Amino acid sequence: MTALAVRATASRQALLAVAAPVLGLLAWHVATSGPGYHLIPPPADVAVQWWDLAFGGVWDDLYSATLWTHAMASLGRVYGGFALAALVALPMGMLIGRIAVVRDLLDPSLQILRPIPVTAWLPLAMIVFGIGPRSAFFLVFLGAFYPFLLNTVFGVRSVEGRLFEAAAMLGVGRQAVFWKVVLPASLPSIFTGLRLGLGFAWVVIVVGEMTGVQTGLGAIIMEARQLSRTEIVISGMVTIGVLGFLSDRAVQLLGRRLLRWSPQHG
Amino acid sequence: MGEVLERPAATGTVLPILDIQHVDKRFAFGAETITALSDATLRIGKGEFICLIGPSGCGKSTLLRMIAGFETVSSGALLMWGKPVSGPGPDRGMVFQDYGLFPWLTVSQNIAFGPVARGRPKAEAAAIARRFVEMVGLTRFAEAYPHQLSGGMKQRVAIARVLANDAEVVLMDEPFGALDAMTRERLQEDLLEIWARAKLSIIFVTHAIEEAIILADRVVVMSPGPGRIIADERIALPRPRDPTGVEFNALRRHLSGLLGSHH
Ligand SMILES: Nc1ncnc2c1ncn2[C@@H]1O[C@H](COP(=O)(O)OP(=O)(O)OP(=O)(O)O)[C@@H](O)[C@H]1O
Ligand SMILES: [Mg+2]
Repeated sequence: MTALAVRATASRQALLAVAAPVLGLLAWHVATSGPGYHLIPPPADVAVQWWDLAFGGVWDDLYSATLWTHAMASLGRVYGGFALAALVALPMGMLIGRIAVVRDLLDPSLQILRPIPVTAWLPLAMIVFGIGPRSAFFLVFLGAFYPFLLNTVFGVRSVEGRLFEAAAMLGVGRQAVFWKVVLPASLPSIFTGLRLGLGFAWVVIVVGEMTGVQTGLGAIIMEARQLSRTEIVISGMVTIGVLGFLSDRAVQLLGRRLLRWSPQHG
Repeated sequence: MGEVLERPAATGTVLPILDIQHVDKRFAFGAETITALSDATLRIGKGEFICLIGPSGCGKSTLLRMIAGFETVSSGALLMWGKPVSGPGPDRGMVFQDYGLFPWLTVSQNIAFGPVARGRPKAEAAAIARRFVEMVGLTRFAEAYPHQLSGGMKQRVAIARVLANDAEVVLMDEPFGALDAMTRERLQEDLLEIWARAKLSIIFVTHAIEEAIILADRVVVMSPGPGRIIADERIALPRPRDPTGVEFNALRRHLSGLLGSHH
């Protein structure tokens, strides 16, 4: 393909990518800006509200210029819960995948706990951790934990037997085989778990922040609903969407660098 | 490891690098026992090129995997330099048909894998890798990952990887089976050159009689049910060997007769 053709394809892709949102916005505008419809505000109103939420200067009310505080609170919980999940799930998954005794010990219990939806843990979390950020943190941890754990176990267990033979024949000892073979070979799966886990963390954060915390994007969404500030509800949703998208992109970029060797990722 | 130096000089005779004495291999298969190999006896000298041929299921891979140390012998003895083989080790390098390269390492990192694993300093391992990358003609692809290589190139990496790790015995299980005829011919030539230069002992499994005659000092013929060694033919033709020659064809007829009569 010529450079020109490549550029033409790229710009066509970009055009198509923005086409759907633009059409969506248009439809939203047409459906809501006429008189007689009040449940959902038109996009322009939401944009103004978002601006005020982020920078202030429009309404100058209780919510003006508070977006960063809320976003930082949510980000902290998402990444904190996620990091804790990774810290627990990664070694646990490695052990379950590699050591039969650990697998027999933990796997049945984990399989029984797994089908319980994260949201079903909410009341119990509130009882144990009280109403506040710790419940939100716990839910994020739980949401990120399983995808991370399961993908790690899967990755460790599906290392090709041939690679163990190759390593042994080249002089790798029993301990070193973990670092030399198991870890790098299961990296693509671990990475899939990481991406899914982070995605789940963003899903769960809103539920978690409904437990009566003061700050956080989930918290203002719920609060604004009670005050019938629907523009704020939608502004919060959009912000979560954008932050979730950006963090997934960052993880993907990291993956491309780390997994350049893998035809599926490189 | 200094093993070569302390090689005991047996009285009068030269100690074979590999001494396989009455080896049986049985596998449990459900409630049954499968005898994959029965009473295999084979002595291989340092620097010999052995080809193993025989129909599918006659135990060629099994024999090779026992020499590599991936499988234990059920009875009999398998000795290298007079000592029983007790597991895989860098003195016996295996070249797998499916390559078995580490997909997360580049060509030169794959080749440096053995030296690094055995604790050679980084710079030394890198120098070794450079030398063997060049030996197998992959200098341009030194920084490529395995998924970016053709089958023939991957097989070169697999060969370089065991050579870089000072393997004395190279075990090859149908290494060129998946390659096209031209690539195969090129690799055969290159392998012979490397073999002669590095004074390797090679055991090479193949289905192709012609390939065996082109390469081997000795062609060992096996037959199935249970797997046995039925012939051990010395190929005295000078190299490079001409597959259209009269003697070559006589050997070919002789070997296919041996294979055919034992089906
Ligand atoms: N791990 C195993 N468990 C049970 N039986 C086995 C095992 N490995 C090999 N066998 C049996 O041993 C016999 C010899 O197998 P082997 O793979 O050595 O044959 P081969 O000569 O290499 O055949 P091919 O030319 O098809 O590769 C076969 O009957 C096979 O079923
Ligand atoms: Mg085989």
